[in-house]
Order: sequence, then structure tokens, then C-alpha cells
Amino acid sequence: MPAKKNRDKGDKSATAADPIPTTSEPEGIPPPESRPPVQVLYCGVCTFPVEYCEFGSSLTRCKEWLQEHDLERFNKYYSEEALHAKIGTLSLEAQSKLEQDTAKKEAKAEAKADAALKKKMASQVTIKRIERNKRKHVTSVHGLEAFGIDLKKAAKQFASKFATGASVTKNPQGQEEIVVQGDVSDEIFEMIEGEVGILKGIPADNVEIVEEKTKKN
Amino acid sequence: MFKKFQSSTDISGQTPVKSSVQRSIRSAVLEQWKIEPETLEAVWPKKEGLVLVKCREHISIYTIHGEPIFFQHFDGPIYPTLRLLHKYPYILPMVRVDRGAIRFLLAGAHMMCPGFTSKGGYLPPAEEGLAAGVPVAIHAEGKEHAVGVGITKLGTEEIKRVNKGVGVEIVTYVGDDLWAIQSL
Repeated sequence: MPAKKNRDKGDKSATAADPIPTTSEPEGIPPPESRPPVQVLYCGVCTFPVEYCEFGSSLTRCKEWLQEHDLERFNKYYSEEALHAKIGTLSLEAQSKLEQDTAKKEAKAEAKADAALKKKMASQVTIKRIERNKRKHVTSVHGLEAFGIDLKKAAKQFASKFATGASVTKNPQGQEEIVVQGDVSDEIFEMIEGEVGILKGIPADNVEIVEEKTKKN
Repeated sequence: MFKKFQSSTDISGQTPVKSSVQRSIRSAVLEQWKIEPETLEAVWPKKEGLVLVKCREHISIYTIHGEPIFFQHFDGPIYPTLRLLHKYPYILPMVRVDRGAIRFLLAGAHMMCPGFTSKGGYLPPAEEGLAAGVPVAIHAEGKEHAVGVGITKLGTEEIKRVNKGVGVEIVTYVGDDLWAIQSL
């Protein structure tokens, strides 16, 4: 295994180069202290390390974010000089093509985000009252996940609010929904309207209350 | 490896790892990576239990406090996650691709030999050459931090000689679905 050997060798050279004095000494080989981690600044928009923003699909917004948060690095990556240095390594043609590509990518990502938002705004939340027995009901809430709500947490919230059982189950279509014991449809509607707890960002117009009776009368 | 990876459908279960298994993982990590026990201790304190997240296609991700720190395919080599690699960049041997390859790398493509042998690329010199099947940190020309983790398909000397076809297979890269999972 030559790879292993190399690694050992590399290790030694790395530790020898390490100037930090050590406190604990297991094994006799010059032992390093735990080295502090490198701090990497991640972009708040695209989550990439900031130097890779230029390859992401939201460069304009990333730039704005970086300018706001870390001007020093912004100047490092996006100043005229830095841009010139970059152009130096590429032919003019390739550069312009790259720019076009980036712009195209950005436009595409934006369109996608728009479409997603539209879809989100158009999606429905259904609160269904299902008859169990003549006088007993369960309430199922469907479609909350489209608004970025954690179903498990929402179920927990319902359970503690109504002091009943609430669980996340799969319905026959294979989609997940929250089933709450008891007829609480109106209360849930009010909760969504009042944006209680984690139930945030759902327009009340998108919520409908349906009643489902058992097929046999 | 983490293309189209969804935590809702591709994860089959989470279990705490037995302490005896943890010990063997710890020694495997120390053997495979260029990391000092003290540094590993800072990343993964002995008292903190490791949690094994089993995923589709025999991928196991190990997490601490819900944060993925390394993963493995079958009983293959253990790879650090990119966020960990960014913090401790020296734990894996480094290779570098040229600027032109970054675009493709970020789309999940495997890295071809010419990307390493061209002017912007870097491979370890012959005396420190790597064999095939070694995890490597993939850096990029003009960038400070690693952009991906890969496994060599050819030895580094072979890459220089053949200079054609896939040299390093990408395991994870900035912006893939593992990157998107910040906590499990």
C-alpha cells in the first residue's frame, strides 16, 4: 500500500512544520495540539463558500450580500483588479461566453424561483372533517408542506393545542397529511388565519374546509 | 453519489452507533486521514455519540448532533463532508483542477485527466504520488477552499501519463444534495 506510506510521510512533514508548541505528548512523535479549524465564510444567499458564488445561479444577489457583510472580501473577489486578473487567464471570447452563460443561468434560476412561488401561492390547504362514527370525527389537514411547514412539528402543535392525538400519516394517494382526532376544523382554520406558532405564511383564501361522510349511510 | 438525494425518501433510518464500532471507526479515520487525534477529538469528542444515518444504495452518513461529518459507501474509504474539509483542509491529499473544469465539477461531472495536468491544475509530485482508489480533496485554480471530494480512478502518475478520460471520480461537491443537508 504505497498510498498509506505516503500519507504517513506527509503527516510527519506536516507536523514538523507546525510551529505551535504542544502540551500533551502521546507516543513520543512530535504531537501537535488540535489545530484550530479554518473559518470559511459561506454565502448567505447560495450557501457556497463566497469565492464560488460566481459559479452559482444567483451571482447578483450574492454580490449584494457580500458587499453588505464583508466589504474586504467583496473587494478581493469583485474589484476591478480581481476581474482583470481573471480575464488575463482566459481568452476574450471564452470570457464573454462565460458571462453570457452566467447571465442565462441566473435568469433561469429566477424564473424557476418565480414559478415555485406562484405554485406555492396557488396551492391549496384542505381541512377535511371525516366522520368516524355518528358523533365522532377526525380532522385531516392536507397541503401544509407546500408552504414549507414541518408536518411533524405542526402535528405536535395541534396535539398540544387541542389535547388530542395528532399524527402525520400517508393518505391513499401517498401524500402526507396531518390527522387530528376530534372535530377541530374550525379551530384549525382560525389558527391558520391567526398564524399561530409555526403555521405561518398561508393565505386564508387558500384554505378550504371540506366534510367527508362515510359512504354507507 | 449525492445527486438527487432527498432526505425524506433516501434515508431509511437513524441509529446510534455502538461504542465498540465507534472505536473501530475512530481508528479507521485516524489511519485513513492525515488528522491528529487531538484534532479529531475537537471534531468528534469521545463523549459524543455518533449517529449512523443509513441511506439508499448503502451510503452511510455519520452525524454528530445531527450534523453530518463523514460518510462511507459500503465499507469503502471514509470521506469527510465538505464542510468538515473546509475547516481542516489538510486531512486529505490535495489535487487541483484548472478553472475551466470548475463549471463541470459543480454540475457533478467526474474530473478528467487533462484538468489536472494543464497549467492551472496540480498533482502531487512523483515521489508523493497517490495510488488509485484514494480519497482526495479537489481544489480549484485560483480558489482557496476545496470544491469537492473525490476518489482517484487512476494513480497520479498514471493520470500524467495517460492524460485522457476520467482521473478522479467526484463523490461530493459544493452545492450537491449532501451540501444542502445542513443537519439531519
